[in-house]
Amino acid sequence: MATLPDIDKPAAEEAFREDVKQFLAEHFPAELKGKGNALASVEGPTDETPAQKQWREAMGERGWGTPTWPKEYGGGGLTRKQAAILNEEMARAGAFNPIGGMGVMMFGPTLLEYGSEEQKREHIPPICRGEIRWCQGYSEPNAGSDLANLQTMAVDKGDHYLVNGQKTWTSGGQWADKCFCLVRTDRSDKHKGISFLLIDMDSPGIEVRPIQMISGMSPFCETFFTDVKVPKENLVGEEGEGWTIGKRLLQHERTNLSGGGALARMMGASLADLAKKHVETDEDGAIADKVLRDRIADFEIRWGSFLLTARRAAEESKAQGGVSEISSVLKKLGTKLGQERAELLIEIMGMQGLGWEGDGFSESELAAVRGWLFGKATTIYGGSTEIQNNIIAKRVLGMLDHQ
Amino acid sequence: MAVLNEEQEMLRDMARDWAANESPVAAFRKIRASGTPEAYDPDAYAAMAEMGWTGVIVPEEHGGSDFGWLSVGLVVEELGKTLTASPLLASTIAASAIILGGSDEQKAAWLPKIASGETVATLAVDEGPRHDPAKIAATVSGGKLSGTKSFVHEAHSASLFVVAAGDGLYLVEAGDGVSLSTRKLTDQRSHAEVTFDGAAADKLDNGGDTLLDDVLDRARILTACEMLGMAQQVFDTTLDYLKQRVQFNQVLATFQALQHRMADLFGDLAMMRSAVEGGLVALDSGFGVARAATLAKAEANRVLHAISREGVQLHGGIGMTDEYDIGFYLKRARVLEASWGSTAFLKDRFATIGGY
Repeated sequence: MATLPDIDKPAAEEAFREDVKQFLAEHFPAELKGKGNALASVEGPTDETPAQKQWREAMGERGWGTPTWPKEYGGGGLTRKQAAILNEEMARAGAFNPIGGMGVMMFGPTLLEYGSEEQKREHIPPICRGEIRWCQGYSEPNAGSDLANLQTMAVDKGDHYLVNGQKTWTSGGQWADKCFCLVRTDRSDKHKGISFLLIDMDSPGIEVRPIQMISGMSPFCETFFTDVKVPKENLVGEEGEGWTIGKRLLQHERTNLSGGGALARMMGASLADLAKKHVETDEDGAIADKVLRDRIADFEIRWGSFLLTARRAAEESKAQGGVSEISSVLKKLGTKLGQERAELLIEIMGMQGLGWEGDGFSESELAAVRGWLFGKATTIYGGSTEIQNNIIAKRVLGMLDHQ
Repeated sequence: MAVLNEEQEMLRDMARDWAANESPVAAFRKIRASGTPEAYDPDAYAAMAEMGWTGVIVPEEHGGSDFGWLSVGLVVEELGKTLTASPLLASTIAASAIILGGSDEQKAAWLPKIASGETVATLAVDEGPRHDPAKIAATVSGGKLSGTKSFVHEAHSASLFVVAAGDGLYLVEAGDGVSLSTRKLTDQRSHAEVTFDGAAADKLDNGGDTLLDDVLDRARILTACEMLGMAQQVFDTTLDYLKQRVQFNQVLATFQALQHRMADLFGDLAMMRSAVEGGLVALDSGFGVARAATLAKAEANRVLHAISREGVQLHGGIGMTDEYDIGFYLKRARVLEASWGSTAFLKDRFATIGGY
């Protein structure tokens, strides 16, 4: 804990802490203090301010945006302990990690595991420097929960593959430089006919169309591939290994969706504090509407035990040196509770919590509405709640396959 | 499962083996059949004391091992799995009251006896069918306590009562001025209305204004531990049953409608375990106990309630039979849910602690 005196800690760790402090003092621009990780987000175009650029480059040079990745590919090469120190010191300084996105969260760890030496040398360093944005070419119109039904074809043309087909729900596709893509190289086998291919988004024959969502935002795209030439060296693993590699990547995705930044942001304001701004309170400062008060308490209790569960999963994983069994329930629990919270929040605000745009609504009110709508995606993407239930029942509980 | 140290792992494994071998549900059936009002096996309790379980939270100077709350919680959870009937919970809660509020003399007089298993002690607070520590009519005058306490756990074997009166907690020995009227509840354990009529009472003077709340929080967390063991057992038993029972030429476990219900319960059980362990960790660290205890018991209530109902339903007709164990868990569950705070009480308290 940060408040305890730093005793009994190896001197090397303290030296590292000093190094971090000095680095932050020298390189973290004061004007970015307390700001978020906007550059790394997939939700907007790239338009860095000079300060943002300077901060990204400074972190990228040290590899500290990907602190535990190997140094030889541009990562920080830090131990978990050192990475924790880095996080602590950044938090203390009001700094943030400017390097993120799907390259960091999902693709990089997967490529480090399955990629060839050449591929790692080509693709990992730009991720570590935050220079390249990756998007995910997985879902198709007829391959959602049944992902292995994907039909986008990659035909072997000697030195390259010729790719034809359509992907959908491509998050940030309109801003991405590259796409990691599941394609079909063999129609005779549903799972073994899938390969993992890396595609430049500026290749001729790619068309990206943003999809307007119920929230009014367009974070997802349809991506069309028409006779797109992809060099052979962009195949990760062997032909037919795409399902194995692709599933591994999804594990990274789930871990990030349930335990990552979104969660941390939500921990900020308690629902009760927000409610007290919008509804009447009695002389003791309690919410006067006892039914509403009860529902908030009911939610906050379960939210509290979810946070304890997320922490427990992390502690157990660390102690066991592997993924804890309860990690499998985090995505399902966290997304459901997140939606419940969003529903309660707009309900608390009444009509004021249903504003779409324009006069009469504060920024936070409008954000709550958009967040409520966007949040409906969370129990659908990254493996829907129903798919999570299948996974828990089959892999964790050992109930037999229903198919 | 919380990350445990070696001592705690040994303690848990020992409790697990003992419960499975020496105190299976069949042992509870025997106790039920015997019809004794104490409703536990004194030899089994002596064996538990021999293993040191009665003194886990008691300081070493008073004959305990001072292993802490997480440790005793592990034992109580394991015993909950097999519905082991014993006054361990009640005595540990009472011991915590003496540790928090007792003078040196009171500690020296009682803690060694509780730790050795010689004395069974229990907490008597409520005076009606619902937990309501704000409503206490019992009074003390001239060192004599008068009042009536309802549904006191393990009252029949208790030789020492920790009794809440309007102005604090008192130690009252069984005997003159103390009378019992049995209340046989659905869990077939020891409960009684206890009437104190000018019984000699010795005040627990330390511990400050929050002593009663602090003791109740310990009762909530430890009760939640027993509930956790029960919930885990019902879940495991039900899962096993679904994997064996064949209908429509298929084992039930292959039906997706049932798989998803079990996946939901598995998630709930994970939350319950985190909440209960969070309570134990809060007790051992001394930080944020009131909130953690309220959260732990509220989650224990919610999840055990759901799992005990689903357990019966998913067993089908056989789950309705007395021959099958699953119904015992349902019947004990409701008694523990109502003890030291129903869900409604706990949600109100959680909101109050949170300042809303």
